[in-house]
Amino acid sequence: MSSSTADPRLAKAGPPRRPIRLSWSDERLRGIVWQVLVVGVVAAILYWLWSNTVHNLEVRRIATGFGFLGREAGLPIGESLISYEPTDTYRRALTVGVLNTLKVAIVGVVLATILGTLVGIARLSKNWLLSKVAGLYVEIIRDLPLLLQLLFWYTILQSLPGPRQALNPVDGVFLSNRGLLLPFIEWMPAHWWALLALVAGFVGTLLFAKAMRARQYADGQPRKVWPAGITLMVGLPLLVWTTLGAPFTPDIPALRGFNFQGGITMTPEYFALLLGLVTYTAGFIAEIVRAGIQAVSLGQWEAAQALGMRRGDILKRIVLPQALRVIIPPMTSQYLNLTKNSSLAVAIGYQDIVSIANTTLNQTGQAIEGIAIIMLVYLTISLSISFFMNWYNSRIALVER
Amino acid sequence: MKALRLTLAAVMGGAAMLVAPVMAPMMAPAMAQAPAASGATLDAIRARGTLICGVNTGLAGFAQPDSQGVWRGFDVDYCRAVAVALWNDPNKVRYVPTTAQNRFTALQSGEVDMLARNTTWTLSRDTSLGFDFTGINFYDGQGFMVKTSAGVRTARDLNGATICVQPGTTTEQNLTDWARANRIRFTPVVIERLEEVVGAYVSGRCDAYTTDVSGLASTRSAQPRPADHMILPDVISKEPLGPAVRHGDQRFADLLRWIHFGLVGAEELGITAANVQQAAQTDARPDVQRMLGRSGELGQMLGVDNLWMVNIIRTLGNYGEMFERNLGPIGLQRGPNALWTNGGLQYAPPLR
Repeated sequence: MSSSTADPRLAKAGPPRRPIRLSWSDERLRGIVWQVLVVGVVAAILYWLWSNTVHNLEVRRIATGFGFLGREAGLPIGESLISYEPTDTYRRALTVGVLNTLKVAIVGVVLATILGTLVGIARLSKNWLLSKVAGLYVEIIRDLPLLLQLLFWYTILQSLPGPRQALNPVDGVFLSNRGLLLPFIEWMPAHWWALLALVAGFVGTLLFAKAMRARQYADGQPRKVWPAGITLMVGLPLLVWTTLGAPFTPDIPALRGFNFQGGITMTPEYFALLLGLVTYTAGFIAEIVRAGIQAVSLGQWEAAQALGMRRGDILKRIVLPQALRVIIPPMTSQYLNLTKNSSLAVAIGYQDIVSIANTTLNQTGQAIEGIAIIMLVYLTISLSISFFMNWYNSRIALVER
Repeated sequence: MKALRLTLAAVMGGAAMLVAPVMAPMMAPAMAQAPAASGATLDAIRARGTLICGVNTGLAGFAQPDSQGVWRGFDVDYCRAVAVALWNDPNKVRYVPTTAQNRFTALQSGEVDMLARNTTWTLSRDTSLGFDFTGINFYDGQGFMVKTSAGVRTARDLNGATICVQPGTTTEQNLTDWARANRIRFTPVVIERLEEVVGAYVSGRCDAYTTDVSGLASTRSAQPRPADHMILPDVISKEPLGPAVRHGDQRFADLLRWIHFGLVGAEELGITAANVQQAAQTDARPDVQRMLGRSGELGQMLGVDNLWMVNIIRTLGNYGEMFERNLGPIGLQRGPNALWTNGGLQYAPPLR
């Protein structure tokens, strides 16, 4: 863009070079001196802080370093995505914590986006009741502290009946103060392969759609993608599953002793946290989506209609691409907020990275290392989200010519 | 914003450690620098004129503000005893409530002079955390509380149960050790705040709540109907609780240690708040005369007034009186905390 306007003769040659004079009146020398000085002072402060800490820790005989990661943790964890026993190491326990944080953050971001978009569109609806309800939702949810909402949801979930009096709306589904239990299947390697086939089918569908679009650009004929998509995404996993013997053993939860055994459980802690984070963040996302759609002028709709485009196509090809330019940057902040707010989990007993790292630093007494781990984890997750969203933003950004 | 505050506390603790030596002259003298000499903390306390004592955020019987906002409790009395020994004034104490999670950082960073906060004496806390425990003022053990209606009679009946527990304490590790040793499977629900974890147990989210028996008794007594809850007879761990100071504070540690032994010794000798003045004048037993400062210079050896024990007992009573006043109302028996002469474990080396 800019290179086309610049004079090509000046592209390579910079300003004329002069030798640096050893005089205070030389602007470049002054610049270098100041920069060296600032960097030196910052480095000295950092070094001083570091050596001071090391000295103080030594004087107080407090253990330092990350050696504790290999020691046996001995802390119980209620729910985990990977197998975990209290005899495992702190490293494993912290990994469980990171996965638990990701579990709530990723699911939360997806659900909050869906709910927020629906509420945002509902607020713009011509239906008086719908738009007022959406407006009321946004105003109430945004104005209450998140911690309060989390405790509210958790208390509500705790007041469900006990496991013996569990609600049982459908066979195999139980809702009690121990969580929501759903039937599942006994997971076998064949299921992993089928899952892999599904992913492969999804990628294949995307490639197929791209190829079809290229042909459409060539001859102007739109082509159907969905028959091939269904074949790839449903047929392929089914084929893999059947060739591997089609294993299927239902695993239905049943009350044994104090608790339910079998099936999959969504604990009240996870559910309360997810519910709180999703409804709270959706309130903000709704406003962002509303702003984004309103930023596209009505003339765009009318112009597209005048060209004879269908409503779905107008939304997909005209309005959304322009609205997304406005929506994506603030949306990134909301995703980051949701991820970081998940650390409030500690208040309602969901064991995320903060909860487990806090326990770790308490048991080992190594506060600085524990906090460093928490910071590193959030920084990594947040930077990944930012990186992805910035990439996506640059993809959908309006290309000006 | 509990989570935030906790993390903040830890960060502040870390930060205090980073800047301590340089900031010390600028900030409150509470911000002690690394103790260079064995008496640095004691000197700092004297210069400040107040003891800064880390206590529980609120545990009935051990440390809790009363309706006037005055801190009361068994642990609080140990803080007051130090203030009495130093200045003959039990009110020269500033109490800093600490959670299970931030208490160690608070002591390490010098935010508090000492901890009197139901803290279990363990090897790793004594060494890698950099503390010195000054004695055992309460022999505790971990137990379980269940609803009477649950039909559980011993801890072994808890196989498959959901158990509520607070994180960051020895409680958590004892629970997993016990479960492993007895092949018991359980689902933990780990909640940081006392109110929340008790709430989860009361609402039925958990079948049982586990912590030290003293804490269970305190929680049970605070329930609207204590009879609905029962503490199981099993005690699954040893929890020797006692005050702690930083490594290197030998003189301060000595003072704390001998205050505790003095309180136990006074009970053994039958010296009480009511008769201590009288005994100081008339009791002819050499042990009593030494303890109450009539002969010898025990107080000065510790760097305090020779009448230190007279003042402490006059104000706070002996060990048994402190126990009955604070822990009797929440339903705790002396049990292992009885004097050794009564079959308990409380035993004081001679004050001479």
